[in-house]
Amino acid sequence: MKVLVSSSGQAMHSKLDPRFGRAEFFAVVDTETGQFEVVRNDQGREAAQGAGIQAAELAARLGVKVVITGHCGPKAWSALSAAGIAVVSGAQGTVAQAVDDYKKGLLKAASAPDVKGHWA
Amino acid sequence: MIIGIASGKGGTGKTTVAVNLAWCAPQPVLLLDCDVEEPNCHLFFDSKLQHCERVCIPVPALDASKCNACGLCSRICEFHAVAFMGQTPLLFPELCHGCGGCTLVCPAGALKEVGFEIGVVEVSDAGSCTLVQGRLHVGKALSPPLIRAVKHFAVADHLTIVDSPPGTACPLSAALSGCDYAVLVAEPTRFGLNDLGLVLESVRQLGIPAGVVINRAGERSDLARVFCREKGVRVLAEIPESERVARECARGRIAAQTMPEIRRSFDELWAAVLAAVPPRAARTGGSNHARQ
Repeated sequence: MKVLVSSSGQAMHSKLDPRFGRAEFFAVVDTETGQFEVVRNDQGREAAQGAGIQAAELAARLGVKVVITGHCGPKAWSALSAAGIAVVSGAQGTVAQAVDDYKKGLLKAASAPDVKGHWA
Repeated sequence: MIIGIASGKGGTGKTTVAVNLAWCAPQPVLLLDCDVEEPNCHLFFDSKLQHCERVCIPVPALDASKCNACGLCSRICEFHAVAFMGQTPLLFPELCHGCGGCTLVCPAGALKEVGFEIGVVEVSDAGSCTLVQGRLHVGKALSPPLIRAVKHFAVADHLTIVDSPPGTACPLSAALSGCDYAVLVAEPTRFGLNDLGLVLESVRQLGIPAGVVINRAGERSDLARVFCREKGVRVLAEIPESERVARECARGRIAAQTMPEIRRSFDELWAAVLAAVPPRAARTGGSNHARQ
């Protein structure tokens, strides 16, 4: 299963970016094979508005089933829900730690957005 | 004749100048309050509401049974108001700028336009002044369509004063486009003059002739005079710094009405503006920034 982690760098040991829509990178990790791919989020970072929606669209195109991030606002939340993508908010540390924690069941899918839009 | 009042920086006295100019006008005026996020010209008049209309922008509505899941609607939207999530477009009307692009490109006819209310325009009678103000609903972010709705009330052969929103972006150009002249209100501080420089660039791009009124003029006014000389813009009048003017404003009173020296400044301003406004036929454009 593919999960997407908002990241501040391009490596597995990069720090997780707590912002979803305006994260610098998205790390896409296959939890079974460990395969790892990095996507730049230039468009979302520079969007005047709707960065979260744009990131959610990208997540759907990448075919991920779970988004792991620090915080998720209401618009990104509804977009991700519409695509059937689960949101895990409140994650910290590195990308690798977040994926590990998720695999161990330490991080649970959220049931609602945890911040308002433009929180950061 | 349509005269826009602008400043770049907020809090320099646009509304003070607009309401005092309206009060001192040589003939009945239309006062258009285009600062739709915070309209406050009405505080200075004992006015009677005559007419109120809702202002809507066209936003898409989806007929899911017709959607062929092509995703074109999402791809054309610059503002992420249409997201395409797998099989369904998801609409965010609060982000929509009402351009109509998604409805146009939809090959299946699954999108149609419906009205989304962003605010109201209120017309009030304040004696020799007719006040038209826009009020943007709380939580709505898109002011230019509402500003344009207020501007529809401008009458070129009637004396019309437009109180603009602060800043130099789309709301300002929506307020100023079509004006014959811009009165730029500046305070003689470095911050104030920096923003005066920005708004001056904006009005020049819009092709609108402009002059400056120095508000809170006093010891530091030389700073502003030198700045205006360097930028090649005329100083039309100066309104002296005075605690009493501030008090009158804070009480919702028009200073020119109670203070003869302020009245003189505004008479001077009117004379300078009327002499400076070119005849309408001589105007060379002023690009149309109707849509964002």
